[in-house]
Amino acid sequence: MKVAVVKYNAGNVQSVIYALERLGVEPIHTDDHDLIRAADKVIFPGQGEASSAMAYLRAQRLDQLLKHLEQPFLGICIGLQLMCEHSEEGDTPCLGIFDLKVKRFPTPPESYKIPHMGWNSLKEHKGPLTQGLSDPYLYYVHSYYAELGGDTVGITDYILPFSGALQKNNYYAVQAHPEKSSTDGQKILTNFLAL
Amino acid sequence: MLTKRIVPCLDIKEGRTVKGVNFVDLRDAGDPVELAAIYSATGADELVFLDITATVEKRKTLVDLVTRVAQKINIPFTVGGGISSIDDVSALLNAGADKVSINSAAVKDPQLINRLAATFGSQCIVIAIDSRKIQGKHIVHTHGGRKPTHLETIAWAQEVQDRGAGEILLTSMDHDGTKAGFANKLTALLSTKLTIPLIASGGGGTIDHFKRVFTDGKADAALAASIFHFKEIEILDLKKELQEAAIPMRL
Repeated sequence: MKVAVVKYNAGNVQSVIYALERLGVEPIHTDDHDLIRAADKVIFPGQGEASSAMAYLRAQRLDQLLKHLEQPFLGICIGLQLMCEHSEEGDTPCLGIFDLKVKRFPTPPESYKIPHMGWNSLKEHKGPLTQGLSDPYLYYVHSYYAELGGDTVGITDYILPFSGALQKNNYYAVQAHPEKSSTDGQKILTNFLAL
Repeated sequence: MLTKRIVPCLDIKEGRTVKGVNFVDLRDAGDPVELAAIYSATGADELVFLDITATVEKRKTLVDLVTRVAQKINIPFTVGGGISSIDDVSALLNAGADKVSINSAAVKDPQLINRLAATFGSQCIVIAIDSRKIQGKHIVHTHGGRKPTHLETIAWAQEVQDRGAGEILLTSMDHDGTKAGFANKLTALLSTKLTIPLIASGGGGTIDHFKRVFTDGKADAALAASIFHFKEIEILDLKKELQEAAIPMRL
């Protein structure tokens, strides 16, 4: 199986690559259009800042490519956010795969911290990505969130309920880092690879 | 619900764990990767590697270690100890570390925090603060807690947050190694004042100490070393008891 991990200016891609290797996959880390188009699965990972990430994707014309793919596609963390319509981070128009807005968490009430950092449960989850899991605990690190909408397939609650998982056709996304989320996260990656 | 985190800390020198560990089931007790794998499998929420190597080869051995850990471990981990430049941080993050912890270098050059946050994002920049009480005041110390600075702990914590730190690792040098409980008052003072997460360290010796650092101390995470290494407390037992005490835990 050919798995492409999209190469762009987002940090900590190495953890995703190692997680895939632990599952017996040798992913290719690339921004090459032909290699991405030819892959059986595409993973869009990352950590970073929305406006500079989108600027890079546009410069490489990856924005057009990524939203017209047909194979299973998985966005992780900022990957999920960039798949939405717009992000408040840097007032950035994003890929628009999901018709959703990404907002900054409101000023937290006492005892809440920002970033939302640590293990939180994914609830009301459905669809193939979380098959075999029951309210899994996953590792989150983020200060912006995607609002709830018709494509929401899992809800995470922190300060307010937001989209912890999204799906539209072949496009899947999770706000947490499955590559860092122990056995539950590994199950999500296994489910994705089995699509 | 976001859970509180239990964080074992491993002291590393030249790629090996320093303090003795009491894991009979380990083939090689000095191998941090093997120890990390066991912690990861037995309920640790996160790991911290504190490197005390003081040789010119330091960067290379640490990057090698981070690579081996990242290949094997599927929970987040932080690396700290003598990290002082954008290049250091870049090498460690690229090797697969999730966060880096900066201590003395941030005191020496506070602007470094701004530069690191702007380059890598706040979420991976942990500022470690070693605090000791001197004449009734909480004073920031460097060099493993030996050298007092002119900084007061609470003002410094506020400053590092304003400069872009994503998390604070607070060690009370007065409590560290005592197993008499965490510095709950200071931890609570900082945790309520700050809007970024706080890891409390120093003094954890019993399950009740952990209970209190989350309730009285309002910590987001608690770190300890030898009590886990010597199996005085099993992480899973600890987390079960904390959960029963209504402290949210990932089980």
